Amino acid sequence: MLLLFFNFRGLYQNILPGSTLFWRICSSEYQYQSCKMNKIVEKEYFSEAVVKLVIEAPEIARSRKAGHFVIIRVGVKGERFPLTIAEADVEKGTITLIAQKVGVSSIKLANLEEGDYITDVVGPLGKATHVEKVGTVLAAGGGVGVAPMLPIVEAFKQAGNKVITVLAARTKKLIILEEQMRKHSDEVVIMTDDGSYGKKGLVTHGMEEIIKREKVNLAITIGPAIMMKYAALLTKKYKIKTLASLNTIMVDGTGMCGACRVSVGGKTKFVCVDGPEFDAHEIDYDEMLMRLNAYKDKEEKSYEQFIGKYRKA
Amino acid sequence: MESLLAYLKKEREQEWRVELRSKIKNKERTSLERLAMPEVDPDIRNKSYCEVNKGLTEEQAIHEARRCIDCPSPTCIYGCPVGINIPKFVKLIEAGEFLESAKVLKETNALPAVCGRVCPQEAQCEKTCFYNEKLKKSPVAIGNLERFAADYERNSGHISVPEISSHNGIKVATIGSGPASLAFAGDMAKMGYDVTVFEALHEIGGVLKYGIPEFRLPNDIVDIEIEILKKMGVHFFTNFIVGKTATIDDLRKQGYAAFFVASGAGLPNFMNIPGENYIGIYSANEYLTRINLMKAAHDDYDTPVISGKNVAVIGGGNTAMDSVRTAKRLGAKNARILYRRSIEEMPARNEEIKHAQEEGIEFLNLTNPLEYYGDENGRVKGMKVQKMELGEPDDSGRRRPIPIKGSEYEIEADTVVVSVGVSPNPLIPRNMPELEVSAWGTIKVNQDTMQSSIPDIFAGGDIVRGGATVILAMGDGRKAAGGVDQYIKEKVRNILSLIKEFKTIGDILEFATK
Repeated sequence: MLLLFFNFRGLYQNILPGSTLFWRICSSEYQYQSCKMNKIVEKEYFSEAVVKLVIEAPEIARSRKAGHFVIIRVGVKGERFPLTIAEADVEKGTITLIAQKVGVSSIKLANLEEGDYITDVVGPLGKATHVEKVGTVLAAGGGVGVAPMLPIVEAFKQAGNKVITVLAARTKKLIILEEQMRKHSDEVVIMTDDGSYGKKGLVTHGMEEIIKREKVNLAITIGPAIMMKYAALLTKKYKIKTLASLNTIMVDGTGMCGACRVSVGGKTKFVCVDGPEFDAHEIDYDEMLMRLNAYKDKEEKSYEQFIGKYRKA
Repeated sequence: MESLLAYLKKEREQEWRVELRSKIKNKERTSLERLAMPEVDPDIRNKSYCEVNKGLTEEQAIHEARRCIDCPSPTCIYGCPVGINIPKFVKLIEAGEFLESAKVLKETNALPAVCGRVCPQEAQCEKTCFYNEKLKKSPVAIGNLERFAADYERNSGHISVPEISSHNGIKVATIGSGPASLAFAGDMAKMGYDVTVFEALHEIGGVLKYGIPEFRLPNDIVDIEIEILKKMGVHFFTNFIVGKTATIDDLRKQGYAAFFVASGAGLPNFMNIPGENYIGIYSANEYLTRINLMKAAHDDYDTPVISGKNVAVIGGGNTAMDSVRTAKRLGAKNARILYRRSIEEMPARNEEIKHAQEEGIEFLNLTNPLEYYGDENGRVKGMKVQKMELGEPDDSGRRRPIPIKGSEYEIEADTVVVSVGVSPNPLIPRNMPELEVSAWGTIKVNQDTMQSSIPDIFAGGDIVRGGATVILAMGDGRKAAGGVDQYIKEKVRNILSLIKEFKTIGDILEFATK
């Protein structure tokens, strides 16, 4: 009788949403856990300043697509900042984030070790990249911008495109994810400012060589704002449709605050809900660069304070 | 309606109420003056985050409660969006039964300490109070009394947890954790449902946390009310964006039988005038979120905020008042409101305007910004404004502001907060094309049940209203709880009647796999 009662209760509560009875009764794996999440399961330094973190975040791993990002917060007094998802493993329930130490928040993140927890990770945010078969795709990534580029390159390759990837950095040790990029690209061109690896020159030199060599149907550029600005100028000259993925200051990441606003084609857009990808030829890069420096003085001050405390400790 | 009147009548005829009424003559009651809310001195509070209103003392509360004549027809209740049994809780205060009074509040209101602070009572219960309607005298200070009873209970250490009917095991989800959602969660939990709240930010409370400043609504008061919901068995998930982290379909597969979308009006409006993207120009949402949620004004927190000496806040609503008063507290020498109509048309509560004036806020009414100027680093340094005059009333019934030609002039500003309204958060509607929305992006619902065009999805608060008050959102939450309960009961009835017709195991299997 007791068994029957429980079965019956299970029956009516599980039938309601219209899913199958057996699936409901047998499965509990899809229940969200209120336990601590966002554990760092793997950490690797790409260089002194660039770190890769693999984080337990099963829901995000399952629902993210190329182009999506997360907002994280380290410590209850930390600030919220966006990071693009470089890779995800649905089976292991993990996502990979790559961060460059530039200020207090990214240093706090990089200082976490395997087994530590990130206070908050929320996502996936932003619009996913619109992936289709266009022919030949030229992907140009600079610095840590190569990280968000990886899933996009992977997706365009899977959609049947020929993908040529240009990886650029100041010097050899700052080139990241080369091996993974080679796996998903038809060709990889490396550019370094000092010529210590690959060809000597800027990302635009590498791009132009390819554009002159063969027909490019779509270009994608992710990296520092100034790099994207010149990459966009180049492709505009050759009339190649180009996407740029922007990384601006954000607070909530859900469209609530407008900290991330940029001008695209003369209109104000929110990177968090309208982007992060926009037509690279329409973006006002100078305004974006200006807004990225909004808290530069405050950041420098808090960085010095933080480093001071860190040294004392 | 009939049953409500009968219920109120029965309550009113209880012995203790009759006895209390007979103790003091009505004439004596109505001759008592309304007590003013004690406040912290303006010159002290505008440099501190302390709460402005201090709350009534026990003696003051009893005095104020005596003014209520316990009318046979309590019109005040009709002014309350959540239908609090106002005469009962007021009379319990008069009788000195403060804890019992708080219990009455909690019967219909999940957040009494919040509502006692931020409700526009002057436009609701106090507006329909007998004193106001018939005697043309100051109404009973219902809001101040509500706050008193809730605060008394909290400080007494005997916080009551509302009674829960037996758990029915049915899972429902509510999206967002602001006032609409919390009211919904409270009512559903009382009815025995298994409620889960999904919140996108890292804190529970929505606008109560990121929007309303501490000096008007301290965060720990919100947290205590949330604790009570947790004790009632409500589950909370932060950092979870329904439509992104998981879709409504994913949640349906996990057995959630109905959804209440209360994701708020989370898309700030800008004016689209030149220079609006200069550094130091914020939406009110961003400015307040940095300060209230991220604690940017505290040195040991990492989030920065620019809050200068010349702060201009554009707008005349409660959010504009919250922003400008916050700016003053962060050290602004000139904290100004720029509003395109006159002070009479301001949508902000009178109390907020009065408090702002006392604290030294400058009001530039009939003034509208035209353009912002920045320095060589792109930081805002000033603005061009224009004087306005009032013409004929527009659709909103307020007189339309008309620019006066040649009245342009410039003012200095190193921080600007744009508080000209919000639009509904697009995240849920964008991910659900079959959900019917209005031209403004608000979710269309049945006004009685709050049910949307998708049967198992209900909605309320600012995502439906486009920008309203805490208490209207809570009223929606309560209505939606009734609607969801009705919807689920009907669904259960249908399923049970189907099950009755099963004759063979085959029938059951066929039904189950459908």
